[in-house]
Amino acid sequence: MTLQSPPNVGPDVRPTVRPARRAIDQALAVAGEILITAGVILGLFVVWQLFYTDVQSGRTQAAALDELAFPEMPRVEASTGTVTTAQPDAPAVVALIPEAVKVYSPSGAPVLGSQREATTFGALHVPRWGYDYVKPVSQGISRSRVLDPLGIGHYPDTAMPGEVGNFAIAGHRTTYGKPFTDIQTLQVGDALVVQTDAAWYVYTVTSTKIVRPTDTAVIAPTPNQPGVTPTVASITLTTCHPRYSAAQRYIVHGELEYWAPAGQGYPSEIVEGA
Amino acid sequence: MYAWIWRHLPGPVWTRTIVAVLTLAIVVLALFEWVFPAVSALLPFQDQTVTDG
Repeated sequence: MTLQSPPNVGPDVRPTVRPARRAIDQALAVAGEILITAGVILGLFVVWQLFYTDVQSGRTQAAALDELAFPEMPRVEASTGTVTTAQPDAPAVVALIPEAVKVYSPSGAPVLGSQREATTFGALHVPRWGYDYVKPVSQGISRSRVLDPLGIGHYPDTAMPGEVGNFAIAGHRTTYGKPFTDIQTLQVGDALVVQTDAAWYVYTVTSTKIVRPTDTAVIAPTPNQPGVTPTVASITLTTCHPRYSAAQRYIVHGELEYWAPAGQGYPSEIVEGA
Repeated sequence: MYAWIWRHLPGPVWTRTIVAVLTLAIVVLALFEWVFPAVSALLPFQDQTVTDG
């Protein structure tokens, strides 16, 4: 006895069911592939953000530093870790700024004119973060044009280095070369040294605090006292807090201790063992 | 989708592999150099400035 197909389940019906099933299967497969692709792209974004931005921004920041071409630029010997003068063949002896040319007040300090956005006009040395720590300082606080590629950015409309007022700068704490990554290690009394074509400006940390992102009083000409006419030359560093978050801002205030014209040697603050 | 792309790549398996790897590399490069930096600047996670905003 042979099994007969029921009259309505035959070659006529099955092809009409199967293409529908196949279409659903294909749609699910495509949707799955799109989801997997989206997941991979998100994963790549995290890798890029956490690791590759340091590579990219490290490159542009090193180039910005090279373009400054200051007469004296401490150079770190990879082999010994000691700071030497700009000439690779020079002996590892560093001239220190003589006490006689240091001016312990902002009076007479050379003050840079206004800078175009994204112009790198100076360098910041922070011995607490290593005697080899030197990062370019550029004009503006735009993420895409200044802070991401160039590192430290100078708030427009705040004072320039050495000027009476508040020299306010911002930088990333994580990623993009993370110039302010170790900001929590700064202590009262630490030196913050700004270098321009014309002079060295040596500031000392006076206070640190954590504020809300909207607390613009920290970059007021007299820090935390908006509207008060400034009498001293201050410096203010702002960065995000806590790390990998932007819920708050970590603030470091400092005041100018002294300035000295360029070409007289290095401030002893940034020379190891001096 | 990827099977469809694979079927429509020209040539034998080894040319298809090379084309696929090259295309992938170009896509990743474009993401790293242009797409991710533009997107990241729009995200608020990395802000470090104080503003009135």
